[in-house]
Amino acid sequence: MAYFLNWLIICVISVLEMQTTLQVNPNQPYRTAYHFQPPKNWMNDPNGPMIYNGIYHLFYQYNPEGAGWGNIVWAHSTSKDLVNWEPHPIAIHRTNESDINGCWSGSATILPQGKPVILYTGINSQNQQVQNLAIPKNLSDPHLIEWIKSPYNPLMAPTDENKIDASSFRDPTTAWLGHDGRWRVIIGNKMGHDGRAVLYTSRDFIHWSQAEHPLFSNKDSGMWECPDFFPVSTRSADGVDTSGVGEGLKHVLKASLNDADSYVIGTYNIEKDVFVPEKGSLGLDSELKYDHGKFYASKTFFDSSTKRRILWGWINESTDAATYQLKGWSGLQAIPRKIWLDKTGNQLVQWPVEEIEKLRTSKVISRLTELKGGSVHEISNVTASQADVEISFEISTFENVEELDPSWTSPQAICGQKGGPTKGGLGPFGLLVLASKDIQEYTAVYFRVYNNETKYVVLMCSDQTRSSLHLDYDKPIYGAFVDLDPMKEKLSLRTLIDRSILESFGGEGKACITARVYPSVAIDKGAHMYVFNNGSSNIKVSELVAWSMKTAQIN
Amino acid sequence: MKNQQIICLILLTLIIIHQTYADENLIQTTCNNTPNYQLCINTLRASPGSATVDMAGLGLIMVAAVKAMSEQALSAVNSLRKSGQPKLSQPLQRCTDFYNGVLKADVPMAEEALRKGDPKFGEDGMVDAAFEAELCEGAFKGVVAPPPSLSGFNKDVRDLAGVARAIIRNLL
Repeated sequence: MAYFLNWLIICVISVLEMQTTLQVNPNQPYRTAYHFQPPKNWMNDPNGPMIYNGIYHLFYQYNPEGAGWGNIVWAHSTSKDLVNWEPHPIAIHRTNESDINGCWSGSATILPQGKPVILYTGINSQNQQVQNLAIPKNLSDPHLIEWIKSPYNPLMAPTDENKIDASSFRDPTTAWLGHDGRWRVIIGNKMGHDGRAVLYTSRDFIHWSQAEHPLFSNKDSGMWECPDFFPVSTRSADGVDTSGVGEGLKHVLKASLNDADSYVIGTYNIEKDVFVPEKGSLGLDSELKYDHGKFYASKTFFDSSTKRRILWGWINESTDAATYQLKGWSGLQAIPRKIWLDKTGNQLVQWPVEEIEKLRTSKVISRLTELKGGSVHEISNVTASQADVEISFEISTFENVEELDPSWTSPQAICGQKGGPTKGGLGPFGLLVLASKDIQEYTAVYFRVYNNETKYVVLMCSDQTRSSLHLDYDKPIYGAFVDLDPMKEKLSLRTLIDRSILESFGGEGKACITARVYPSVAIDKGAHMYVFNNGSSNIKVSELVAWSMKTAQIN
Repeated sequence: MKNQQIICLILLTLIIIHQTYADENLIQTTCNNTPNYQLCINTLRASPGSATVDMAGLGLIMVAAVKAMSEQALSAVNSLRKSGQPKLSQPLQRCTDFYNGVLKADVPMAEEALRKGDPKFGEDGMVDAAFEAELCEGAFKGVVAPPPSLSGFNKDVRDLAGVARAIIRNLL
C-alpha cells in the first residue's frame, strides 16, 4: 500500500512538473518554448486568424515538404487561450486549377450570421495570382477542420481588361461592409513601382467588381504585400469590428514592404470609398512601423469575445539556409499582441496578449533601486533562456545628457554608432539577455536619452552583434525612438525571451523590437540575465520583476 | 501591290530590329544596375533565350548560373575530400553543408519565387547563396589556406549571386 502511494505521489509530482520543466531537446537549442511554430518544416505568413464559437483559429503558410519556402499550403491550429494550441490537418491544399501552384496568404471574414469564410490567393496553372474563396464544410465542427472551395473560383483574377499584373496581385484582406451594404476587400498590388491597394466590392461575396480607383496607393514604394485595413477607436484601447463605422474612429491601412510592416493612420471616407491619410506613409522611408526589428507579413483580427484587435506577425530565421535545413525547421510567429491607437492619436501601441502571463512562474522581485553608472547586476533565480522581464527606469538628473546631432535621424544608425552599448552620458542602460556568465556573449536591449535642443529624446536599441560567439549569421542592430518625456514619465521596458527570439516593448508598447539570436554558450543553464548602466549618470530603478516562463503546448 | 509588299517588309524588319534592340536595351540597362556589369552581360548573352525574356526571365537565367557554379563548387569540394588531407576534412564537410544549402534551399526557392511572382524570396535566396559561399571560404580560417580552386568557385558564386540579387530587386 505504501509502495503504491509512493508511486502515486511521484506520478502526481511529475505530472505537475511537466508544464514547468524545460522540455529541451539538446539537439534543438533554438526551438522555442512558448512561441507558435510547427514541429518541423517551413512556416511564413499567419493566415486567416479569427475566433469562431469561442475557439481561436490560426492558419499559416506552410511547406509540408521541407524547411525552405515552397509547395505552400494552409496549415491550421486552434486554441482556447492564444497560448496553447492544437494542430489539425492541412486546411487548404493545392488541388484546383486556381491554386495548383500554391495556396498563398489570405484572410477570414465573419459574415453577419456568424459564418466564417476565407479569401486567399491561389497560384494557378499558369503561375498567375488569383483570389479564391473557401468555406467551412461543417459549421458544427468546433475546429472547422475541413474547408470547401467555391465552384466559382477564382473570384478575382488579372485579365487583359483590368491590366492587373499577374505577379503582383495577392493577399486579400478581411472584408468590411460599406454604406451601400456591399462588401469591400483590398488586394495587395503594384503598378510599375507604385504600391496599390486594389479595391473590390461584392453583394454576395461571390461576384466581385473592381472599384474605379484603388483604396490607396503610393509612388515608388514597390509592391504592397499583406495589406490590412481596420478601424481603431480614438476613445479607448478596445478593438473595433472590421466593419465598424461612426464617431470616435480612425482607420489604419497597413502593408508589408521593404522588409517592414508600415502603417498609415487616417480617415475612411465611407461614401466615396477613399482613405485619407493623416499620419505615416506606406513608402520606403516609412516611420510608422509595427515593429522596428524583424516582423513581417502581419495581420490583425477582431476578437469579438474580448473586444480586442489582435496582431499576428511572422518572424523568420536570421541564420543561413544550410543551418535551417540541418535544423529541419524555419520560422516563428510572434506572441499575439493587442493593438490599439495611442491616446495621442499619433501612433499605434501593442502589448503581448495578457493570456501569455499564465506561463509566468517563480517571480523574482529585485531590490535594486538605483543603477550606478558603469554597473552590472545579475538577475538571478530565473531561467534566463525562457523568461519575461519588466523593468522601469527614472531619470533623476539630466546633467550628463549628450547632445543629439540634428543630422542623425535614423534610430538604427544612432544605436549602431560608437560600436554598441559602450560608455555614454544618460545611458546606455537596460538589459543583457541570453548572456553568458562572463558576458562575452549577450544581446543588449537598452535606452539612451539625448538632448535635442527643444526636448529630450528617448532611443531604444536592440543590439544583436555579440549574440553568438561561434555562430555566424545576420546580427543587426535595431533602433527606435520612443515617444516618452523622460522628465515626466518612467522609461519602461518589457522583454519576452524564448531561446532564439526576443520581443522587447518600450514605453508600455510604444516601441516594439523583435530579434532572432542563436547563442553558442548562453543556452539553457548557460544563459544569464543582467541589468546594466554604461552611462556616467546613475539611473533610478523603480521596478524590476522577472518570471521564468513555462513551456506552452503548441503541437 | 508590290510597293505595299515592300513597305510591309520594311516595316516588319524595322519592328524586328527595334524589338531586338529593345530587349538588348533591357539587358544593358539591367546589367548597368548590378555590381558587375561585365559578368552580367556575359552570363545573360550566353543564354540562348535572354533576348526575348522579361525581367523575371533574366533573373531566372542568373539563378541558373548560380546553380551551375555552385554545382561545380560542390564537385571541387568532393574531389578535395577524396584527396584526404586531414586538416581539410572539417572545413570541407562544412562547405558541403553550405553548398547543399544553396542547391537544396536557395536555388529552388529563388526559382519558385521568380516563376510565381514573390521576388523577395528570390532576393533572400541569392543573398543567402552569396553568404553560404562566404561561409565556405571562412571555414578554413585559422586552419589552413583555402584551396585556390575552391576559393575561385566561392568568389564566382558570390559574384553571380550578387548580380542575380540586383536583377531580382527590380521586381520588388
